[in-house]
Amino acid sequence: MNAIRFDLKKVWGPVLLLILFLLLAALPRIRPGYTVVLVYTILMYIILTMSWVLFSGPTGYLSLAPAAFFGIGIYTSAVLSMKLPLPLVICIGGLASSCVAFLVGALTLRLKGIYFAIFTFGLVELIKNFVLWYELKFNNTRGRFLIPVENNTIYYVMLAILVVLTITTLLIRRSKYGLALQSIGEDEEAAAHTGVNVTLLKVITFAISAVFIGAAGSIWAIRLTYIDPLIAFDINNSFMPVLMAIFGGTGQLYGPVLGAVVFSYLREVLITKFPYYYMLLIGIILLVAILYLPNGLAGLMEKLRKGALRGQHANP
Amino acid sequence: MVTFLNIVIAGLLLGGLYALIAMGLSLQYGVARVANFSHGEFIMLGGMITWTLYTGFGVNPLLCLAVCGPLTFILGFILHRTVFKRLFASSASPAVFESNSVLASFALLFIIQNVASIGWGTQQHGYTYLRITVNLWGAKFGANRLVTLGFAIIIGLAFYLFVTRTRMGKAIRASAQDAATAGLMGVNIDMVLGLCFALGAAMAGMAGVLISMYYPIQVVMGQEYTVIAMIVVVLGGLGSIPGSFIGGFLLGLVGSVVTYLDPGLSLVAYYFIFILLLLVKPTGIMGR
Repeated sequence: MNAIRFDLKKVWGPVLLLILFLLLAALPRIRPGYTVVLVYTILMYIILTMSWVLFSGPTGYLSLAPAAFFGIGIYTSAVLSMKLPLPLVICIGGLASSCVAFLVGALTLRLKGIYFAIFTFGLVELIKNFVLWYELKFNNTRGRFLIPVENNTIYYVMLAILVVLTITTLLIRRSKYGLALQSIGEDEEAAAHTGVNVTLLKVITFAISAVFIGAAGSIWAIRLTYIDPLIAFDINNSFMPVLMAIFGGTGQLYGPVLGAVVFSYLREVLITKFPYYYMLLIGIILLVAILYLPNGLAGLMEKLRKGALRGQHANP
Repeated sequence: MVTFLNIVIAGLLLGGLYALIAMGLSLQYGVARVANFSHGEFIMLGGMITWTLYTGFGVNPLLCLAVCGPLTFILGFILHRTVFKRLFASSASPAVFESNSVLASFALLFIIQNVASIGWGTQQHGYTYLRITVNLWGAKFGANRLVTLGFAIIIGLAFYLFVTRTRMGKAIRASAQDAATAGLMGVNIDMVLGLCFALGAAMAGMAGVLISMYYPIQVVMGQEYTVIAMIVVVLGGLGSIPGSFIGGFLLGLVGSVVTYLDPGLSLVAYYFIFILLLLVKPTGIMGR
């Protein structure tokens, strides 16, 4: 009985995922207009959150760098989007972020715990200040304009990035690299002693996770149409993925995605309904979640499911 | 020679503020184990309250030190009691508490910043106080900046004496070394951790008062100071109070030199030093 259920689970996972992606692909035909904008905003947050979890989830290194990579993607797009075709711009955005991540990772991933969080937090501020200084000094501008494209195009690019990210995440998790990453999070020294090249693995994973954040940033730039360093390197883009992942719960695979969907939808609603209080409300929701939902939404759901199952066994 | 003197004195003036901010954070992280990313928000609160009291009611900004210090102290203490104490109790290990408290401090950052922007708006505020030029061996400085430095040093020293010379200070140092054992020796650990967090908040609040005397202030100013405070704390060695003091002045001097060359690059320079330090001696100047 158990074996059959396990097999079904193995088949169902990818099939469900495929159906979900097909439905998402059909969405602009079914519900054009605002829904598309809302959904690609949510997709963007899912990308940020999943990319963050890709590195920080298994290794336990708290990275606050997403805003830096996102901003690099935005600036790549702002500089190149009028000269090159869109897919190329997005690839370059991803690669540029990845290169920066590789450098930063190689420099700092020997740092433990809170040092890494502080370093990446400051990195965002550093790049922001540097770009601001550079733009004012050499280009005599503060911001840049981009040529807008159709909403559906933005939507499909976001979806494509998400599909590639999902495949990458699943492949990494199932490979021996995923296992090695997990072992780093549990005990880095032990992992090193069993022959895992700890530093290299961390740096490469950090760089891979930055590709998707950078790519998402380059397409997001086109949606923004006007950017300046303060918009591009908004530290909230670092906080949001972390908070969404924690809100959803990192214990389960689907937790971060669930967190990103619920939280980003909530965020959109709060911004439109209470533009002056939305940060306050988000702060309160977060505080409550951290204090009372230590394992996030997914943890809560697992608890409810287990509770229901126990109930069944108790009353046959 | 006058240029040199100018740069050095400006560096000391800046460094005094940095030292004060960093000492508060050092206390919060070194003893209460909260890597407080909302530290800058308490600075902003101090500055904003001072602006309101001075421009609205004509209260002397120096007197505001005696208002904002206790206010932010109480706020910090309440926050520790309601949020961080609970988290401390529910977290499985110190490492889990550390990352949980980082997240909680993000939430606090959002809340404090939003409440402040409802109260004070998002525009820049500023006032003029003691804008008299003082001539120091040829280098000219505003009296307000010198007063700022004086008070930063007084507060810093008073705090240092409190930690090294009093019974409560001894309890704080014991808790910093080993909270569990200190608790077994009869130290009221909740009280001490709450006090440390509150003292850190109060120092940020008072630093905010001093900052507002010279710099324009706005609701989103906190983040930059949080980054600087963290750099100074790491520079001086996590949890070391003299280290924070030295680190603050060092960074102030660097900032002053770079500002003289190109004002847009000061934060970039801080960061460069930070990277160098982490590569050469990650434990900081006074670190063990």
